[in-house]
Amino acid sequence: MAPTDTTVRQPSHTRARLPRELHPVAWWIWAIGLAASAAMTMNPWVLLMIVAVAALVVEYRRSDAPWAISFSFYLWFGLIIVVIRVVFRIIFGGSMGTDDLVLFSLPEIPLPEVARGIQLLGDVTLGAILSGLYDGMRLAAIIICVGAANSLANPRQLLASIPPALYEVGTAIVVALSVFPQLADSVKRVRKARRLRGEPAKGVRGIQRIVVPVLEDALERSLVLAASMDSRGYGRAGSVAKKDRWITGAIMIAALIALAVGSYAFLDATAPSQLSWPMMILGLLLAAWGMRAAGKRVKRTRYRPIAWQSGEFIAVLSGVTVAVVMKLVASQHLDAVYPSLTGWPELVPILLVIPFIGVIPAFATPPALRDEDTLEVE
Amino acid sequence: MTIVELNHISFWYEDGSEPVLRDVNVQFHEGEVVLVSGRTGSGKSTLLGMFNGLVPHFSGGTLLGDVRLDQKSIIGTPPRELADYVGFVPQDPLASFVGSTVEEELAYGMEQLGLDPQTMRRRVEETLDLLGIAPLRRRALRTLSGGQQQRVAIGAVLTTHPRLLVLDEPTSALDPIAAEEVLATISRLAQDLALTVVVAEHRMERVVPFVDRIVVVDRGRVRIGEPSEILLDAPVAPPIVELGRLAHWHPLPLSVRDARKHARDFELPSRHKPQTENSGAPDISLSAKGISVTYGSKIAVNNVDLDLFRGEVLALMGRNGCGKSSLMWALQGTGKRHSGLVDVSGQDPMNVTADEARMLVGLVPQTAADLLYLETVRDECAAADEQAGALAGTARSILDRLAPGIDPAQHPRDLSEGQRLSLVLAIVLTAEPDIILLDEPTRGLDYPAKRALAQIVKDLASREHTIMLSTHDVEFVAQVADRVVVMADGEIVSLGPKATVLAESPAFAPQVSKILGLSWLTVDEVRDALALGVSDE
Repeated sequence: MAPTDTTVRQPSHTRARLPRELHPVAWWIWAIGLAASAAMTMNPWVLLMIVAVAALVVEYRRSDAPWAISFSFYLWFGLIIVVIRVVFRIIFGGSMGTDDLVLFSLPEIPLPEVARGIQLLGDVTLGAILSGLYDGMRLAAIIICVGAANSLANPRQLLASIPPALYEVGTAIVVALSVFPQLADSVKRVRKARRLRGEPAKGVRGIQRIVVPVLEDALERSLVLAASMDSRGYGRAGSVAKKDRWITGAIMIAALIALAVGSYAFLDATAPSQLSWPMMILGLLLAAWGMRAAGKRVKRTRYRPIAWQSGEFIAVLSGVTVAVVMKLVASQHLDAVYPSLTGWPELVPILLVIPFIGVIPAFATPPALRDEDTLEVE
Repeated sequence: MTIVELNHISFWYEDGSEPVLRDVNVQFHEGEVVLVSGRTGSGKSTLLGMFNGLVPHFSGGTLLGDVRLDQKSIIGTPPRELADYVGFVPQDPLASFVGSTVEEELAYGMEQLGLDPQTMRRRVEETLDLLGIAPLRRRALRTLSGGQQQRVAIGAVLTTHPRLLVLDEPTSALDPIAAEEVLATISRLAQDLALTVVVAEHRMERVVPFVDRIVVVDRGRVRIGEPSEILLDAPVAPPIVELGRLAHWHPLPLSVRDARKHARDFELPSRHKPQTENSGAPDISLSAKGISVTYGSKIAVNNVDLDLFRGEVLALMGRNGCGKSSLMWALQGTGKRHSGLVDVSGQDPMNVTADEARMLVGLVPQTAADLLYLETVRDECAAADEQAGALAGTARSILDRLAPGIDPAQHPRDLSEGQRLSLVLAIVLTAEPDIILLDEPTRGLDYPAKRALAQIVKDLASREHTIMLSTHDVEFVAQVADRVVVMADGEIVSLGPKATVLAESPAFAPQVSKILGLSWLTVDEVRDALALGVSDE
């Protein structure tokens, strides 16, 4: 039923937040804040805490969508990273200093003179293993934070919120996203059909028998899709004067030049330093202006855009706060942030508490839409 | 009020070639439903594309004459600028979807037009209700059934409030019930919204009762008129009309209801029961026991027992997604099977090599083109001979029997649907399988092509081949089948001689038996009976 009420009553106070999808950008900022705080430390307790916080928020706020199931994959990925790091340290061991404790010894494989400085197997020290472990944990924590954003944020909504000037690029990506599963279907179908025409030929012939029908199919599909998009109004000309188009183009080129000069100066130490930051900033400003001007050309609206409400602010604030507070506190506890490699890492309560700021979205944001909500209740 | 006007339209795809359309003059009025009919390749799709500029802007080619929408010429206007005036629904809805969920898809056109969010929201809700798809709003488009997809595709163009709705074969891939639903929706739209609807459709028997006028495209020429006058001598006609022509009923009946009134006074010789050849028990060529096919937790085919008899044509019917294709692939031995046994002259096609399997059972899949990968018909035939270890020229001679006169230098993709199907069938037959499975062979075929296919199928059966085919086309089944199997939800719900099975359910009853009673299935039967009756006198 279409709503017939013309007046929408706003509830004066809300007891429970109604389920809705949070803006994907909010989730990304939250996750980047968390990842940034993970990048600032090697303390395994703090890193474990950050991973736990990310996992908790994902568990409480993810939807049933296909991308939301990917989080466990990132957890496994993190574990693999840690294991690989530690195994590498065992193989290419080497002592971390004179007070390093030798845990056990493996027979060292002598290497030719060319590879001097590289030790293969040999003594395995506590320092080597711990440094590998901490390093791996840091990388794993950062990747798990990105994974959390991936599982929480709707990728299509994220693409839909890119600036209008990049609309065509966004559409291309969206279409590719939806065509990809179809392509996979098509490959499967053709592989199956191949058996109906005798044993698969070997080599180039065999590949041809899959590639040709799949590509022909994909080409036909894309033509159908292009015709359909065209007949539904994709790419309708906005009314932009020729002069405006010239100005937009000029701004964009100026922005590009400024950015090129800026980044050159930034990377090349011999270039005058006043060129680097000012030119970068000038370039970015020009680019933003140009994007805005170019965006005016696109006369297009969005259906049910996700409004930026208090939930989004809470998520962003909690993420940014974790990063900022971690930065401030870390400088006072350097020995805990980069723990010694000779014994148990130091436990500093305040450092352990900081990641907990990041857990706020798990309770303070509106819950995600789950399947039982979308089922019709009549 | 005139909505669309084509004035002296002529069209060529390439300079110097035969024109696809020549000197076409037609006008469509507000709120009318027009059927565009004609043989495959007659220029139907070209005519449809003209209303929103897809022809010539998308297709290329030369257009002469003037197309006017609402009194304004649209020559030179690209399709995107007409999106708010013409809603165009292409043949394959899934390939034309841009969004991933129903709601996104409905809103897409409005987003392009830059409508404000309140209007968009309101129209999406209205459209969901209008098409009865509100419970599907959050569903992923890929997971919808064919009929649902078609209704979403129609809804997606309705949200821009077009004046003209153009549909290219909206029911060609649908089972009879889903097709009824879609057509009922279309006719309701024309009545409720005063929408002008132009619909191209091969299976006219479904559409004719809904339409106000018919356009016949025949070798580039176009005729338009009331259904009863056009159908008197149109090159393609549904069974009901053929029966009317045969019995000289006047005015020509267009709906089953009208025809029944005529049929009351129609004297028919009493129907001889078809002689069942009681020459002993039928020879079983394929025997399947307890076939189950599963995909994850979904059961596609559930414990099916089926025997195929030598020289028979068995039609497999049922809703989209009821397990027809899965069963066929499982019987051929290539598709995976959860459990069950298949016995073809003592061998199970699953346990032998692919080469041996296709000499036992040949399968033409739904997308027949999947089997083709070479540049010319000649190469395809040569490859088929080589792969089957047959004498050179075997495939070509089979092809000539099925569809004579195909240019060997042609690219297989350029063939018509019917010709391509014949080519794939020829390739499959080169391996000389006893049993031939055809998955949806009638898709996209017009009446003459279907008649030709029916002849091919009967010929194969008379050469001791066993044919099993799946189709939604009741009239085709009435023409060719000996027995019919109806599947639902992975199980066989009825199995028996076609006359019994088709008569059992109104959804599967062919038009002739709806009119003349259950003992008659096709116009040909009536024609033969009349001829006999006359000679007896």
